[in-house]
Amino acid sequence: MTFSHWVWLAVALPLAGFLVNGALAIWRPRAATAVSLVGPAVLLGAFAVSVGVFLELLRDPPRAPLIVTLWPWLPVDRLQVDLAFQVDQLAAVMLLIVTGVGSLIHLFSVGYMREDPGYARYFSYLNLFVVFMLVLVLGSSFPVMFIGWEGVGLCSYLLIGFWFSDKANADAGKKAFIMNRIGDFGFLVAMFFIWRAFGTLNFVDVLSRAPAVLEPAGAIVTAITLFLFLGCTGKSAQIPLYTWLPDAMAGPTPVSALIHAATMVTAGVYLVVRTNVLFAMAPVSSTVVAGIGALTALFAATIGLRQYDIKKVLAYSTVSQLGYMFLGVGTGAYVSGIFHLATHAFFKALLFLGSGSVIHAMHQAYHATHSHDDAQDMRNMGGLRRYMPVTFWLMVIATLAIAGIPPFSGFFSKDEILAAAFARGAERPVYYVYYAMGVVAAFITAFYMARLLAMTFLGDNRTGEKERAHLHEAPWIMTGPLVVLGALSLVGGAMNLPPFVGGGAALEHWLEPVVAPAARFFGLDMPHGSVELFLVGGAVAIGVLGLLAGFRATLARPILPAREAPPDRGLALVVNRKYYVDELYDALIVRPFEWISRVVLWKGVDQGLVDGVGVNGAAKVSRGLGWLGSRLQSGQVGVYVVIFLVGAIWILRAVMR
Amino acid sequence: MLLGPSLAVSAILFSLGVAGVLLRRNAIVLFMCIELMLNAVNLTFVALAQLYGAGGQIMVFFVMTVAAAEAAVGLAIILAIFRHKQSVDLQNINLLQG
Repeated sequence: MTFSHWVWLAVALPLAGFLVNGALAIWRPRAATAVSLVGPAVLLGAFAVSVGVFLELLRDPPRAPLIVTLWPWLPVDRLQVDLAFQVDQLAAVMLLIVTGVGSLIHLFSVGYMREDPGYARYFSYLNLFVVFMLVLVLGSSFPVMFIGWEGVGLCSYLLIGFWFSDKANADAGKKAFIMNRIGDFGFLVAMFFIWRAFGTLNFVDVLSRAPAVLEPAGAIVTAITLFLFLGCTGKSAQIPLYTWLPDAMAGPTPVSALIHAATMVTAGVYLVVRTNVLFAMAPVSSTVVAGIGALTALFAATIGLRQYDIKKVLAYSTVSQLGYMFLGVGTGAYVSGIFHLATHAFFKALLFLGSGSVIHAMHQAYHATHSHDDAQDMRNMGGLRRYMPVTFWLMVIATLAIAGIPPFSGFFSKDEILAAAFARGAERPVYYVYYAMGVVAAFITAFYMARLLAMTFLGDNRTGEKERAHLHEAPWIMTGPLVVLGALSLVGGAMNLPPFVGGGAALEHWLEPVVAPAARFFGLDMPHGSVELFLVGGAVAIGVLGLLAGFRATLARPILPAREAPPDRGLALVVNRKYYVDELYDALIVRPFEWISRVVLWKGVDQGLVDGVGVNGAAKVSRGLGWLGSRLQSGQVGVYVVIFLVGAIWILRAVMR
Repeated sequence: MLLGPSLAVSAILFSLGVAGVLLRRNAIVLFMCIELMLNAVNLTFVALAQLYGAGGQIMVFFVMTVAAAEAAVGLAIILAIFRHKQSVDLQNINLLQG
């Protein structure tokens, strides 16, 4: 019995928090103090458990995952699924990220959501989300992981539509849920394939037997991985299912930070890394994964160039960075994918919480003067550096991190992914294209982040004369977590320092047992020496150039507040409207679907067949028969007598014969 | 002994009764026609009792009893209808028309 056997506590604590906060939300919605204590405390407890598990694994790294079985869940004939958790190096990393970043965001939420009437409800959802996310990363089999997979989708829906009295928010929640469901379908089909091929759904059995059971590059393994990847595109917002993520910004900002940047959306990357052998055995799937990743990274980054809503910029940035992670795992650089996942969790949570801090200040300023201007529109900001110095400097750190400027964390992880894609190009030339797309996306990333920073914090303030006096820094409960995240964004790269700066690639060695099986099929020769230094130099130059170009282009012309700004035209409008992809989906899928639902299913099948033919038809037939029968009942006794007589004679005749 | 003529009379009486029920509209006349048919049957019973024993004669008493009861009820109904409608014409009595 080791400490890792207590890992279920990390799930149970937030679950208890969910129950307590949920009860408070129903019976004592005003009990803000109790909620403020319980909500973050259970997360800190879970974080403590995670640290304990991590330290134990660090002291004695296991070669095989430790399975903690709680109870049998689905004992059906040959299908034996236990509710069991799996503790290994990968799960430990994810545990630390989820509970660590989660704790900080819970603390931030105390300051951000305190005044909201749904405070207790908010924290109960947030705790429930962490429960499901931990089930997802700890699950020892596909079905248990699927509980978490579905659960985070549910919590996402609940939290995006948190302010559901506004129809747009409720719609955004529905959109996220439905898009996720499309992906979940892929996950389910993949599970059926795996069950058919292996007769088991446990990760340990499936992954260890995969090389023996499946034919490398065969049709089955390709189908399994492509369907799994369909699940990933839904959960991790990749082309073609990415459109829900930017709309998910309808939820409270800490939710955007926790769910839609740091944890839930990384589930797809985690899934690919968890099943790395399968993907390594299916070269077609890996190429597709990397291709979709590179395409998403580039495509989403360009949309980020012309957004005005500060959160929308960050949302597309998230989609784009997730694309990088998939480029990494599709290249076979599984550790780099997880590395970027971790550093991205730090700096993107910081960016979102920083933007939350800005929005909080803007909102309060507008609230104080009863103005109805958009508190999230960057055209209404500007010059906030003077009013929010702490937030500003932390946002600078995050911007440098995401732009890939050394020594910030994003530099190391992004550089590894690009180097891996370049290395893979020697074997499959299409990866050179992916590499180029990644480099261009890196330039654009730096550009739009510089634009965001310049529009928000630099230049002259555009908030308004009266509002300016009300702008001020957020309270310590909000800036505190920001400082921690800032520190992590600054030094996060240290967990996997590459050898050329004298590091030991700690994460690489840490995750070696998890990704070793894949290396047999999909080994990767990372570039060394001058090629590596050239790639690094190029990546840094791209980042710096992007930042400089972004600042120059943004500060060159004065920016007008949103209400005075002329509408966008031409290409700028097309990009601002996200290439009309939403409209395209609406026209191609949503409208025809609604048309079929309304005309065929509702009017045709339901009203026509079921109601018309079935229900009303039966009534009409009985009424018609009744009418015929009633014609006999003339009320004239004579007629009855005639009928009676005819009948009597007829019977007599029959009897006498 | 007079079996043939008896049955012939009985048949004629019964046919008259049926014709009356079919053709007349006055409820009282209709009623009398029904009595006519009953008594035609009684005559048949009595006539045939010569051949088959006294059972037929006993049956006649039953029929007469039932006819008496039926007459009491039937006349009462006709009386009630007349009070209600001021008519005993069956053509006007069609409350149960479908």
